[in-house]
Amino acid sequence: MKIVVPVKVVPDTAATIKVEDGRVTWGDAPLVLNPWDEFAVEAALQMVEKHGGTVAVVSVGDEHALEAIRKALAMGAKEAVRIHDPALAHADVRATAQVLAAAVRKMGDVDMVFFGRQAIDGDTGLTPMYTARALGWPFVGLVSAFPEMDPAGRTFTAERSVGEAKQTLRAPMPAVVTIAKEFAEPRYPSFMGIRKASRAKVPVWSLADLGLDAPAAKVRWPEITMPPKREVKVEFIEGETPREIAEKLVDKLIEAKVL
Amino acid sequence: MSKIAVYVDHFGDKVAAASWEALTAAQTLAQGLGGEVIAVVLGHQVDALAQEAARRGPAQVLMADDPALDGYVPDAYADTLMALSQAHDIAVWVFPTTMRGRELAGLTAAGLDVGALPDVTELRVEGGNIVAVRPVYAGKLLAKVETAPPAVVTTRVRAFPAAEAGDAAAPIVRVEAQVDATGQSVQSLGFSQAAQGVSLTEASIIVSGGRGVANTNKVPGDEKAKAQKGFEMLGELARLLGGALGASRAAVDAGFISYDHQVGQTGKVVSPDLYIACGISGAIQHLAGMRTSKVIVAINTDPEAPIFKVARYGVVADLWDIVPELIEVIKARGLAKNA
Ligand SMILES: Cc1cc2nc3c(=O)[nH]c(=O)nc-3n(C[C@H](O)[C@H](O)[C@H](O)COP(=O)(O)OP(=O)(O)OC[C@H]3O[C@@H](n4cnc5c(N)ncnc54)[C@H](O)[C@@H]3O)c2cc1C
Ligand SMILES: Nc1ncnc2c1ncn2[C@@H]1O[C@H](COP(=O)(O)O)[C@@H](O)[C@H]1O
Repeated sequence: MKIVVPVKVVPDTAATIKVEDGRVTWGDAPLVLNPWDEFAVEAALQMVEKHGGTVAVVSVGDEHALEAIRKALAMGAKEAVRIHDPALAHADVRATAQVLAAAVRKMGDVDMVFFGRQAIDGDTGLTPMYTARALGWPFVGLVSAFPEMDPAGRTFTAERSVGEAKQTLRAPMPAVVTIAKEFAEPRYPSFMGIRKASRAKVPVWSLADLGLDAPAAKVRWPEITMPPKREVKVEFIEGETPREIAEKLVDKLIEAKVL
Repeated sequence: MSKIAVYVDHFGDKVAAASWEALTAAQTLAQGLGGEVIAVVLGHQVDALAQEAARRGPAQVLMADDPALDGYVPDAYADTLMALSQAHDIAVWVFPTTMRGRELAGLTAAGLDVGALPDVTELRVEGGNIVAVRPVYAGKLLAKVETAPPAVVTTRVRAFPAAEAGDAAAPIVRVEAQVDATGQSVQSLGFSQAAQGVSLTEASIIVSGGRGVANTNKVPGDEKAKAQKGFEMLGELARLLGGALGASRAAVDAGFISYDHQVGQTGKVVSPDLYIACGISGAIQHLAGMRTSKVIVAINTDPEAPIFKVARYGVVADLWDIVPELIEVIKARGLAKNA
């Protein structure tokens, strides 16, 4: 089977993110594969290890996106494509999804698309649903396991958490899913994998290659700011005994109207 | 007149309280855009839920009550919402940002081919546009975002006050479910293992534990056995306070507690009134999930732990000394919400 994993490059989770002159900066923190997408790559690799086939990754972005693509290749993905076009500078989630859907169609014979849950920069988590609808394929969110995956029978079952309970769903293939963290810990790339990935030539497609006009953004981001600094000064609670500390802390919490 | 519709999220017979917060946000939009607010309840045997929604201020409640909607069936739900959009001239959909709310919001926005503003914390109308503020980069930054109706909005849990129940009840109108006849869409095969207790994202009090929970000589056994006892103790404190139990990723990765409890950038983002962090160092990825809590208490043996930088009250001590006493004090002073 052929599984496509859309991946995004993001600043490392430990980065100090700031706004300078209206632009987002993260100093010299590294750019990494979006952590949620690592789970999607891992799940896709496990599926093709079990059922045969290949994993292809696709990323919409400038050269920095190669960081994410190379990590996925090092983990074991076999194909990659990057989509870049100046006309995508102000793309919103809906536009990105249209581009991803066109890329999936162009790649051909795709059985499944495995998304990450959300990108840790924009934190929207909506690209997968927009892509599913753009492709006209069914969507299953936050999958933690595939009890059945039957590429020949064109169907699969998926298990996922809906918070209050675990739900099992059945859907036809091809389909779009997002992968949850419970699926499996992402593997570390092997030394060989890293070497191969660093040499891989990643083709770049433009909108014209996809036969798309520049998609108009419906959502605009006119401003991005740093949240007001929270002036909290910690007050240490001390006492002779744990009991005394507990009593004092409870007094403080009643005073603060949270107990 | 076009309408602002609120999706009332529920599982079984329990409404996610964030739905009533979405109702408040919808009223703000209705004032700015004109039009009235309606509530939408989908499911099976949801009369009581529809009646509850009817008392929280909408002009009308649309209810699709169908055995085919029992539990939660994403495609049938999304298709029903799509059909209602057209039939009832709905200009804006507002969903609470719960698991189901986010999923349905995405499917509805994509199906209608409109823009979506997810997980917003502020909302207003300017010049006919919907303008919202939403945390991005795990809350390290705030983005102003805008779109023109028709549109879909999801409200961050606990960011808006809940619409109160009143005496007046809006009319409930029955509508048809859109059920897939061809079997080509996603089918629900059933549910298992219902989780118990207060939902982490909705809780007003959270007691959380980290790797430090396993660090004690007070109980016998290996690290995991100690941690299990420790989380039982934190769970008891949470239960007494009517709150929920949280954890750091280190505690989850070590197998001390399940992933549903993880707070942080790759777990749940929470914003309770009171967050008690026990044996948690306060890594940036953990802070990303809880730093907007109103009052943060940190209990940690290391006075240099970064958690103290966001805490309002700090206790530099062994959590195994302090937590049992907190439990006793809360019981002794009659502060326990649960016996
Ligand atoms: C991509 C990525 C995503 C991540 N996402 C998350 C996330 O979502 N959530 C998250 O929490 N982390 C996340 N992390 C991990 C994060 O970086 C930290 O490793 C983790 O939060 C540490 O957990 P901890 O505070 O429990 O453990 P530690 O950092 O080991 O801290 C334990 C603390 O307990 C104290 N302690 C020890 N014994 C006691 C005692 N008896 N009484 C009181 N205090 C005691 C110690 O002083 C110490 O401060 C992520 C990391 C990465 C790279
Ligand atoms: N520019 C992009 N290129 C490829 N995939 C993307 C891109 N942006 C988002 N995705 C995918 O969509 C998921 C959800 O992202 P988002 O909706 O932006 O939070 C991510 O986890 C990725 O799998």
